[in-house]
Amino acid sequence: MQTVAKLIDTTLCIGCKACELACQEWNDQEFTLGVFQGTYQTMPDLAHNFWNLIKFNERETAGGMSWLMTKYQCMHCADPGCLRACPAPGAIVQLRNGIVDFNHDHCIGCGYCITGCPFDVPRLSPATKKVYKCSLCSDRTAVGLSPACIKTCPTNCLTFGARDELLRKAESRAEQLRADGHAQAGVYNPQGVGGTNVLYVLKDATEPEAHGLPKDPTIPLSVALWKGPLKWLGTLTLVGGILGTFFHYVRFGPRTYEGQEK
Amino acid sequence: MTNGWTDVANADVVLVMGGNPAENHPVGFRFVMQARLQRKAKLVCVDPRFSRTAAVSDCYVPIRSGTDIAFLGGLIHYALSTGKFQREYVRQHTNASFLIREGFGFEDGHFSGWDEAKDNYHRDTWQYEVDGQGYAKIDPTLEHPRSVFQLMKKHYARYTPEKVSEICGCTVDEFRKAAEMVTIAAAEDKSGTVLYALGWTQHSHAVQLIHAAAMFQLLMGNIGMPGGGVNAQRGHANIQGSTDMGAWNMLPGYLKIPRAHWATLDDYLKANTPGKLRPDSLNYWGNTPKFMVSLLKAYYGERATRANGFGYEWLPKAGEADNHGWGFFFDRMYAGKMDGLISFGMNPVANGPNTAKMIAALSRLKWLIVAENFETETAAFWKAKPLAGQYYPAAADPAAIPTEVFLLPASCFAEKDGAFVNSSRWLQWKEAALDPPGDALRDQEIIARLFLKIRELYEKEGGKGAASLLNMSWNYATPGLPSLREVAREVNGRDLTTGKQLNGFGELKDDGSTSCGNWIYSGSWTEAGNQMARRGQEDPTGLGLYPEWSWSWPANRRILYNRASVDREGKPWDASRAPVRWDGARWVGDTIDFKSDAAPGDFSAFIMLPEGVAKFFTPDLVEGPFPEHYEPAESPVENPLHPRVSFNPLGKVFTSDRDALGTSKDYPYVGITYRLTEHFHYWTKHTAGSSQLQSNFFVEVPDELAREKKIKSGDRVRVTSARGKVEGPALVTKRIRPLTVNGKTVYQVGLPIHWGFAGRVSGPLINNLTPSVYDPNSGTPEYKGFLVNLEKA
Repeated sequence: MQTVAKLIDTTLCIGCKACELACQEWNDQEFTLGVFQGTYQTMPDLAHNFWNLIKFNERETAGGMSWLMTKYQCMHCADPGCLRACPAPGAIVQLRNGIVDFNHDHCIGCGYCITGCPFDVPRLSPATKKVYKCSLCSDRTAVGLSPACIKTCPTNCLTFGARDELLRKAESRAEQLRADGHAQAGVYNPQGVGGTNVLYVLKDATEPEAHGLPKDPTIPLSVALWKGPLKWLGTLTLVGGILGTFFHYVRFGPRTYEGQEK
Repeated sequence: MTNGWTDVANADVVLVMGGNPAENHPVGFRFVMQARLQRKAKLVCVDPRFSRTAAVSDCYVPIRSGTDIAFLGGLIHYALSTGKFQREYVRQHTNASFLIREGFGFEDGHFSGWDEAKDNYHRDTWQYEVDGQGYAKIDPTLEHPRSVFQLMKKHYARYTPEKVSEICGCTVDEFRKAAEMVTIAAAEDKSGTVLYALGWTQHSHAVQLIHAAAMFQLLMGNIGMPGGGVNAQRGHANIQGSTDMGAWNMLPGYLKIPRAHWATLDDYLKANTPGKLRPDSLNYWGNTPKFMVSLLKAYYGERATRANGFGYEWLPKAGEADNHGWGFFFDRMYAGKMDGLISFGMNPVANGPNTAKMIAALSRLKWLIVAENFETETAAFWKAKPLAGQYYPAAADPAAIPTEVFLLPASCFAEKDGAFVNSSRWLQWKEAALDPPGDALRDQEIIARLFLKIRELYEKEGGKGAASLLNMSWNYATPGLPSLREVAREVNGRDLTTGKQLNGFGELKDDGSTSCGNWIYSGSWTEAGNQMARRGQEDPTGLGLYPEWSWSWPANRRILYNRASVDREGKPWDASRAPVRWDGARWVGDTIDFKSDAAPGDFSAFIMLPEGVAKFFTPDLVEGPFPEHYEPAESPVENPLHPRVSFNPLGKVFTSDRDALGTSKDYPYVGITYRLTEHFHYWTKHTAGSSQLQSNFFVEVPDELAREKKIKSGDRVRVTSARGKVEGPALVTKRIRPLTVNGKTVYQVGLPIHWGFAGRVSGPLINNLTPSVYDPNSGTPEYKGFLVNLEKA
């Protein structure tokens, strides 16, 4: 099965937030009220019931004023930190098409995935005690539809399709931008997480932070070690513990308490 | 729009000014993005604030609100002084070569003919010099000192880049960069489009502003060209339709409103049917009698006969100088001279300037009917004191208001069929998605039942103006609920002899044998069926005109004035994208804006004008034949061009005891009002989704001003004007840059409009602040560019 991806050409985003509403409507999230914090942003951050946020970043540079509007959501990493961190089997799955999806029937609400995510995306619901995030509309993509955000985007800033093809499209758009005088234009596809299935075209790829994107995201060391090179250690500790208990029982028998026999 | 949304993709340069399409027309904006990706088009954004359109532009220029004519005048001067204009187009297709009478001039803020005592102009020097047959004299070399071309050159010589900078507050370099970018369209094979909206129409000199834009586009040779034109982005799904149908001080199809001094049909037609001003002018408005008589036949049916002037005399008539525009009738209402108001799809308490006056005016009515989806501020005006008393200290207690208010639940757009007319002039038919909820009725049922009941009362009791109602033809299958299909067929018009639907306005007659509810819509529902419901996606010209998609007025033409895309002999200015072509016997491509079987040389290109060519110079606008920069009624500076005549001499300023203008001493900052992408006007604060996306009213404060006043983002601030106040949290931003105007630092304060005292989310109505000042040609209020003060609350 082909890996799918979402391409976000930030040079075509007008911050209209149609994707925010489409995401909520498709995923049956109840509307709440926005929180004013001195920008045009709907919410200060993602929430368990708000998986798609346009971040507004205003700044002044030598080149003049800029107001960057950047769609933020799960990046569907090739090597997902959330999945690595998750201790509950089947709660987080990576579909064959690359989508990283949460299965809430298996989620135990431990929140390890939140620690594991280098993009700070998953959010714990205080009500259900489970963790939520964008599923790249796995229920739509499974039946050949594009994700809700992409379907609604008026400027074609968002496109959905085969990852290879979109990566090529992104590279060629970046090239066009460089030819138009944006020397630093490039594609955001961070390798620290093995690349992402959400790709961005940025006018200045050397400074993704200006868009609110981490520069070199990697899976936190603790999570990487736990489920990666040191996974044998964890397993050894667990198995060792069980064996130790068993042999202790065999050798010393059941533990008795003083006075129990009185 | 002269062109249309899909056509914007054909542009090489897009000038956005007085509009903010990325925010307010995000779906249409996809065509700007397409132009960019496919044609490498440049986007130039001129706006008081760095908007979401500015954020994706190639060139942004900040200007002070209300100085757009100065900027455009600067562009005209730049084009003329550098030679960057399309000379042949200007010579062939415009009135640049026409000679003006001796004595025309401009001095110290006034055009010739100013009558100080009458506070008005005598326009006799603003006319063409004519020959013995009444035709205008021309000089094709454009060299004659009294040619429009030379007069225009002289008039705009004052608008140097330095002067533009001094008035608008942008730097000279910023102006030059923008001017260089937009004048690439002067090349014959390049097109530029102008996109504007209420940032242009809401000034006391708004019509002249759009005139200035048209002049610039004519200089660039952009009118009639794909990717060109002067394009008004309409802000409501069907506001174009309401204008076309004459909801605003016009009869349908832009026919003039009857007036008392035109007592008979002959008087009316004589006064309103132009004669040609050049021998080769086709002068299509010469057909006005056909349009008018067919309209009267649609109104009065068989009762309209030649003997009774087809019922013209039954039509209500305005007094010779009466103005029934918005500001005028509210002023009369406030003066207690009106009994009632029916408000349909309109929320004057929220929309109108100087809200406190609106509320007071409604309080003086005997009755008010509001047909709406929600209880709007207008329906709830009598509760203004309990709901928002802090803003309306003078509002009366509900118990003391005598107005009887009827709130009629009406269906919303998705609950009725009919056509929306979009910015592109496309009549797009739609079906009802669901039935109106509860007791809500479709609009046409409310109107029909009111009409039938009122007519019944007139039949019984008689009364003034009864003939107009009693003779009205009302032949709908269900009189109390006319189907919109029947209405649409009636609007298209039919041949009364054969009973067949007309194919277009070319078939209209002035002898009473045709009827037509709106001549420009004729062709929308022919014998072949409902053309508005078509959804064909063929694109034979390859220009994105989609002639089989819905139906575009007039005559399914997608680009107005497309005859001007070819020269006098029929040769396209740009062969790579000619929308029309003469094949030797007829015109092919887009529906030609010309006689379809006339050879190119038979007539000049602009058939709707008596001159036959487009006008740089026009005597039709009240404050002058050329646009001139005048300051807003409230301005932080005197007009740098002519301080003694700072404001538009004919701008309308109301002076009731609730109207007041402030000065920069008390109100030092410029207030700018605007919409946000998240909301639609005052309507979506009633819906959950939009209410979430922008839940809170806020005031955008320039960073430098905030520091001066020690205001941080989130601090509560109070903005006051001579009319009222608003309060809310500050959003401190560098996106509204302080400007240096006439040597003085001017701050602009940003005031988004969407809140009010009715809805899911609430906030102050921004029109608490705006003045009762109006454009004299259109009657639109000056919502942009007024004076305010700002302080920490």
